[in-house]
Amino acid sequence: MPTWSESVLPGVRDASVQPAIRVRDLGKLYRIGSRKARYDTFRDLLSATLSSPWKRLRSVIRGGSAGSAQRNLWALRKLTFEVWPGEVVGVIGRNGAGKTTLLKVLSRITPPTEGWAEIRGRVSALLEVGTGFHPELTGRENIFLNGAILGMKRSEIHEKFDEIVAFSEVEQFLETPVKYYSSGMYVRLAFAVAAHLEPDIMLVDEVLAVGDAAFQEKCLGKLDSVTRQGRTVLFVSHNMAAIRRLCSRAILLDEGSVSAMGDTEDVVKEYLNSIQASSGTLRDLGQRRGESAPTRLVATGFRALGADGGPARTACPAEFRISYQAPGRLALMRVGLAVKDPLGTTIFVCNSAMTRADFVEMPPRGEVSCRVDWLPLIPGRYWVDLKLMDDRGHTEHVIAAATFAVLDGGESGFFDYPRRYVDGSIIVPHRWEVCEQGEAGGAGDWDSEGLVVEPDGR
Amino acid sequence: MIRPQTGWGGLSLAELWEHRELLYFLTWRDIKVRYKQTVLGAAWAVIQPFFTMVVFSLFFGRLAGVPSDGLPYPVFSFAALVPWAFFANGLNQSSNSLVGSANLIRKVYFPRLVIPLSSVMSGIVDFCLAFLMLLGLIYYFDLSPTRNVIWLPVLLALALATALGVGLWLSAMNVQFRDIRYTVPFLTQLWLFCTPIAYPSSLLGEPWKTVYAINPMAGVVEGFRWALLGLDPAPSRMILVSALAAVGILLSGFFYFRRMERTFADVV
Repeated sequence: MPTWSESVLPGVRDASVQPAIRVRDLGKLYRIGSRKARYDTFRDLLSATLSSPWKRLRSVIRGGSAGSAQRNLWALRKLTFEVWPGEVVGVIGRNGAGKTTLLKVLSRITPPTEGWAEIRGRVSALLEVGTGFHPELTGRENIFLNGAILGMKRSEIHEKFDEIVAFSEVEQFLETPVKYYSSGMYVRLAFAVAAHLEPDIMLVDEVLAVGDAAFQEKCLGKLDSVTRQGRTVLFVSHNMAAIRRLCSRAILLDEGSVSAMGDTEDVVKEYLNSIQASSGTLRDLGQRRGESAPTRLVATGFRALGADGGPARTACPAEFRISYQAPGRLALMRVGLAVKDPLGTTIFVCNSAMTRADFVEMPPRGEVSCRVDWLPLIPGRYWVDLKLMDDRGHTEHVIAAATFAVLDGGESGFFDYPRRYVDGSIIVPHRWEVCEQGEAGGAGDWDSEGLVVEPDGR
Repeated sequence: MIRPQTGWGGLSLAELWEHRELLYFLTWRDIKVRYKQTVLGAAWAVIQPFFTMVVFSLFFGRLAGVPSDGLPYPVFSFAALVPWAFFANGLNQSSNSLVGSANLIRKVYFPRLVIPLSSVMSGIVDFCLAFLMLLGLIYYFDLSPTRNVIWLPVLLALALATALGVGLWLSAMNVQFRDIRYTVPFLTQLWLFCTPIAYPSSLLGEPWKTVYAINPMAGVVEGFRWALLGLDPAPSRMILVSALAAVGILLSGFFYFRRMERTFADVV
């Protein structure tokens, strides 16, 4: 853990310092109507108006929804916490725990239903990179547009323009409309703008889930340096490694309330325990299944199965099944899954594009299967991210969509492999044997023989 | 300080002023993007009112013999069509603006007023192009603008206020009722015929002419003719009534918009 966290321990704080963020009993109620209630039409309105004109009119003017079939959902409830200036606080929790809603309320995108929050200083929220990018505009133009949307002044953007361009590594394409950019370039440019904001308080939501590994590392480094400048950061992520690296404190949300708060290590441990206790597909995916008429492509289920249809087992054949729903037929569907360890580090990825699997024409509702001949995962619990897309522009990306367990198969051929010996998550088939004398020489000759792991002589 | 919001709330114009640079950039974006990947580009700004004028001149002016206050019919109708096109486009763009910026609304905070406002303002460039064409037409018919042209900015502001006022109502309603999208073309068409564009308001006698000006565009259009084509007398009563109506529409639009604003991110 970084040493600077010691300077902001609550006990040693000067009494005159006010918290940067103070949240009291915050609650946010969503009314979840049926699809019909959401896309109200005048016809509904008219028929209802005829039956009870005044009530109807009043509810419309007051902003009530016209649908009657509604369900209440408290996305946040009785939330109370404080964040002190210069602190970096991680917010963790499962999908649907209210993490994003919290950031939306704190950034004033949506008002709370009850309670209050007090914020001292200039806030900027990064709920997504590249918000407001316009595909027809060039990279240069989008830097200015996006900067303005994120709350930068024009003079500020001018000042940092060169820095932003250098960070994004897209100098040559500055005058090209961003619609011709590769997705990697697009994300790099978008993050570069966001990274050069200089607010007092930064609210960051899972923006590191994009881009390639090298770029993610660069982003983390940037966030690291931002936090060292004494900025207050509230950081939402499923990536426990990133949370542990950046945050001095963490808040664990469960069903909209704080279920644990304190030292990052403790809270992360608590979170991992709560995942171990839960099983299978998470609430979020299950809820999607209920929708009778999906408006977009959604993943609705995930299962990891062993050869016999039971749980997946180490070193045995396994099968991952992903079910989905879409409003219509899908053309050239691609499906990907990323298996992660509980800290959020990706272990391996299976993608139908890698094997050139053909999902040319798919029904609006179905299930696909990904078969693995020999599952290299050691026994334990794993996370999976799901990604689905097709050529008609449907996309779905669920981070931490589900967890699954891998049991000991007893068929790995290994005498003993559990955590006691293994640092990591996978096993690879291997053998050990004694080398013949003279074949590789003595141990001292390895260097000259070029048998060391780093042959470039470092 | 973030609290639950209830009631009608103020206008918070100060906050809008703080975000003037964002307004500038969004307007600039709309202008920049509007004619991308079109063959005729900005010529569209002139083509639309011009051909409407040609058709009007042919059918209303020539065939139906609609009076034009003693002016050549083409210039009579074009002087009205130029502010009208600005109004109709502004209304159309702003009504769909919030839904079109749904992603922005869900992910970033700023005063939502900026969105419909920028889409109305971006029409000013189109207006200027069409206005140049109008000047050419005036020159062609050997007329000359009067000194009253100094009133044009005021009249343009009236058209802007009306477009924005109606746009605020419709864009906020559009967030919840997508029917608005289909209502707008229909509404502008009806409004076109309720505005003295193809015919002069002098067809009406007092006091009806003044009552007629409750349609703010009636005052704007007659004002344009008066200022540019030298019609007498000045339609000052009409313009006054129109101005009051426009302010009424704008203010009610503001308050309704502010009232609905807080649910945008959840509903859009």
